[in-house]
Amino acid sequence: MKRYSIFSLLGNALAGRDDWPLAWRNPTPKKNYDVVIVGGGGHGLATAYYLAKEHGIRNVAVLEKGWLGGGNTGRNTTIVRSNYHLDANAHFYEYSLKLWERLSQTLNFNVMYSARGVLNLVHTPADMDAAMRRGNAMRLNGIDAKFLPRDEIARRIPNLDCSPSARFPILGGLLQPRGGTVRHDAVAWGYARAADALGVHILQKCEVTGLHIERGTVTGVRTTLGDMGAQKIGLAVAGHSSVVAAMAGIKLPIESHVLQAMVSEPIKPVLDTVVTSGAVHFYISQSDKGELVMGGDLDFYNSYAQRGNLPQIEEVVAACTALFPSFGRLRLMRAWGGIMDMTMDGSPIIGKLPVKGLYMTGGWCYGGFKATPASGWTHAWTIANDAPHPLNAPFTLERFGEGRVIDEKGAGPYPWAH
Amino acid sequence: MLLIPCPWCGPRNQVEFTYGGDATLRRPAPDAPEAAWIDYVYLRDNPCGPHDELWFHGAGCRSWFKVRRNTRTHEIIQSAGVSDAWDDEQRAADGSAR
Repeated sequence: MKRYSIFSLLGNALAGRDDWPLAWRNPTPKKNYDVVIVGGGGHGLATAYYLAKEHGIRNVAVLEKGWLGGGNTGRNTTIVRSNYHLDANAHFYEYSLKLWERLSQTLNFNVMYSARGVLNLVHTPADMDAAMRRGNAMRLNGIDAKFLPRDEIARRIPNLDCSPSARFPILGGLLQPRGGTVRHDAVAWGYARAADALGVHILQKCEVTGLHIERGTVTGVRTTLGDMGAQKIGLAVAGHSSVVAAMAGIKLPIESHVLQAMVSEPIKPVLDTVVTSGAVHFYISQSDKGELVMGGDLDFYNSYAQRGNLPQIEEVVAACTALFPSFGRLRLMRAWGGIMDMTMDGSPIIGKLPVKGLYMTGGWCYGGFKATPASGWTHAWTIANDAPHPLNAPFTLERFGEGRVIDEKGAGPYPWAH
Repeated sequence: MLLIPCPWCGPRNQVEFTYGGDATLRRPAPDAPEAAWIDYVYLRDNPCGPHDELWFHGAGCRSWFKVRRNTRTHEIIQSAGVSDAWDDEQRAADGSAR
């Protein structure tokens, strides 16, 4: 791997910019791997990287049916945060945020982590109680949280309608200053380049069509590029976890739903933080290209279609113009959909599956992107040790039957309600 | 935009409806083994393809009904009352009766 630095940049500028090697190889598949990771998004690539880096397991292949980061890694709204109430979530996502903070240095790839803050707006007295409770829980867990009164929010975010007559009156907000955004594509590319440098095989346009299981133990995968042997298999295919788990005869507590996101035309900087509203369910930030990136609720019906319908776009845009009236002058440029693994408690599943040698990280609901580093890190740990790390030990598949659900919202077993 | 065929009101805009999830679930007997209840409450087939699901026509006849819809393409294949037979089952039943 050629290291990226100011010197390599200057050297190539002087040499006419033709000395950049490909960021990762395009290898010929081997007959056997120690570990096969299904899914070449951020989670799968991160798993492979940490397997090679932290556990010395380098005979690893990442199989991707499309192209790297072409699924949910490239379809999210790029927000990272760890502002969770329940202990299991707080510890896990805080570990993830700590990995984000130094990920560019770790991978020698600029993932453009921007700690611009994530602000959750408070609209009602009930919202206020919930925000105070969650903020206090976060601080007890050592996570940064700060309550901002309305006047402070109005001063920091002049576009936001903080007037008493607003459609959604703003009473204050809970800020996580270290939250922010990361360039999503760079996460897939950075992990892929770093994993490849450690010997991991990245195989694109290689779809897994079956899992070989003998006497309750995995032995390999059937793919569009032929059969490959594997001692262990990790699934990182959120959105399609049910489909791949079904190849092993496993039924998951998951429904797949489509979640849309959209961007406005690019404009000069107007919003230097991430603003979210739980009551309206809306989130917005401005990308470095100048587009306002926004999203809201699911479309609320099972879907694998990677596209949604207009009523939900209207909901999101209506929320946007109610909170930021001046944004009503902008045109919407693009909208797209991604498929979410919606679990029965709104929390992910990272751990062993009931087939020996089979593991998964999935069930990410709306929140997979911010989890990418910790998901890969704990998934790799679980695969290497055949046992979960304390960070992901609560996120088992068995927790549902055991009554240990991690239901941040308290919505019950209605996956589209989380 | 989904155009959902309510069995009683005809095709209507999706905004008139509320989704009710998998229509194939059957509530176990109260004394059924725990595994049956875990399956019923938490586990889903979640198919990529035809899916039988419940919808509620809240802005119309306020009835629940079932829809067979392809989750990969969003194509709606057919709809029927919750306890009614699907069209093809009905046709097969009519055929065998004759």
